[in-house]
Amino acid sequence: MSQGCTASEMMTVAAARALTNDDVCFVGIGLPSAACNLARLTHAPRLRLIYESGTIETRPDVLPLSIGDGELHETALTTVSVPEIFSYWLQAGRIGVGFLGGAQVDRFGNLNSTVIGSYARPSVRLPGGGGAPEIATGCGRIYIIMPQSTRAFVEKVDFVTSLGHGPTGRERRALGLASEGPALIVTDLCMMKPDPDSKEFVVVSLHPGVSREDVRERTGWPIRFAAEVGETTAPDAAELAALRDLQARTARAHKGNS
Amino acid sequence: MLRLDEAIARYVRPGARVALEGFTHLIPFAAGHEIIRQRITGLTLIRMTPDLIYDQMIGAGCASKLIFSWGGNPGVGPLPRLRDAIEHGWPAPLAIEEHSHSAMAHAYAAGAAGMPCAILRGYIGSDLPSVNPNIRAITCPFTGERLAAVPALRPDVTIIHAQQADRDGNVLIDGIVGVQKEAALAAAKTIVTVEEVVDRFDPRRGAVVLPSWTLTAIVEAPRGAHPSYAHGYYARDNAFYGAWDAISRDRATFQAWLQEHVFA
Repeated sequence: MSQGCTASEMMTVAAARALTNDDVCFVGIGLPSAACNLARLTHAPRLRLIYESGTIETRPDVLPLSIGDGELHETALTTVSVPEIFSYWLQAGRIGVGFLGGAQVDRFGNLNSTVIGSYARPSVRLPGGGGAPEIATGCGRIYIIMPQSTRAFVEKVDFVTSLGHGPTGRERRALGLASEGPALIVTDLCMMKPDPDSKEFVVVSLHPGVSREDVRERTGWPIRFAAEVGETTAPDAAELAALRDLQARTARAHKGNS
Repeated sequence: MLRLDEAIARYVRPGARVALEGFTHLIPFAAGHEIIRQRITGLTLIRMTPDLIYDQMIGAGCASKLIFSWGGNPGVGPLPRLRDAIEHGWPAPLAIEEHSHSAMAHAYAAGAAGMPCAILRGYIGSDLPSVNPNIRAITCPFTGERLAAVPALRPDVTIIHAQQADRDGNVLIDGIVGVQKEAALAAAKTIVTVEEVVDRFDPRRGAVVLPSWTLTAIVEAPRGAHPSYAHGYYARDNAFYGAWDAISRDRATFQAWLQEHVFA
């Protein structure tokens, strides 16, 4: 990767840039949390972050390790109960953007975070859906952030935990959903957007130094490229400094205790 | 007000449906450890996020069934004892009933409200209903909208941890309040462990207060939520959560940990 940043940093910065000052965003732990807080610390200071532990408009100084860390409550505008966050806020359609990841994703943005193998006799039992099944349908649109590999970007997910555009790309309308579904996939190699008609995700931008062949090698389906494929703008000095400061603060904070 | 061993022995019977709740915050670890020490088995364990406490109870052989919606060590990795029980039946086979967070939150709220089921706009396009017969569909009689229905959660016993009880047995929960109010009110019996008993507490803005007459037993258990945290008392022991993976991954290492830290 050029500019002296890692592929993981490029992924986080690219995801952060997708968020704007006007967004209300439902945040998951890990990469989404890093991207959302980076956006808040750089170009989108008014971005409103909501975590499923019930913290609304939270502005953590360090990234939480878990979804209900004290930092989230202490820096929140208000904290509501878990039933309330899922009913009055998510289900009611008050949240514009949901950030999701998973162990597997297919070309239509369907996500698996339940099992590898069969459900009854899994080869790997994954953590499960948590908030994701309803985030996937209840938020206005979904951004997916996942490191790219053939194990994760698969022809067919073993289990649909969270609906993307459905097994054929046409299911959302048939199910009566008004929300947009997955609108962007950000990986450590590239950015993908759904084709407006087929809803199949196609590469729209390659990160600096990444070739089409690199992307093909790490995708489990015959990946397609948009008519015009751009190059993702490398992180600038301010973005990188903000991300590294955030991660250094977080590492120091999580070292305590025990 | 009871001692922890008395409260667990009196109200947590073998084979009971038991919920230990607390969403990252105020997880009742001390009570879970007492259930392990008393070698109570055959439990149906209910909890949105099984966390380390159910990893420990499942690995210790307390559970025959788990009702849950997200079974990982947040920000760290899997729950190795939970995975071993599902993938290999060790130390005992574990039946699972798997939901989403939204469904479990709605199901506790339905239990607290005395309703037979919860209705939600959920599971749309997900495979979960195909593996969980307790997720069904219902049609709104007014609009015709197809919605999901799940049974209300009605635990035989709910156990939660809180910051304070007063001398009259009222309980204060402050900070991230999770689903504890609903889980407490949904249960036939409710045990609350608390950081401290005070003459009178100061109900802060946004805090949850549970009146004494809605509760069955109160137990003073300082640091009873460690390694999770109690807002205003102690922080989450993130280093222990990080260390848990290495302890739990291997059966013998886990059993040695249990001997040293729970049974000893």
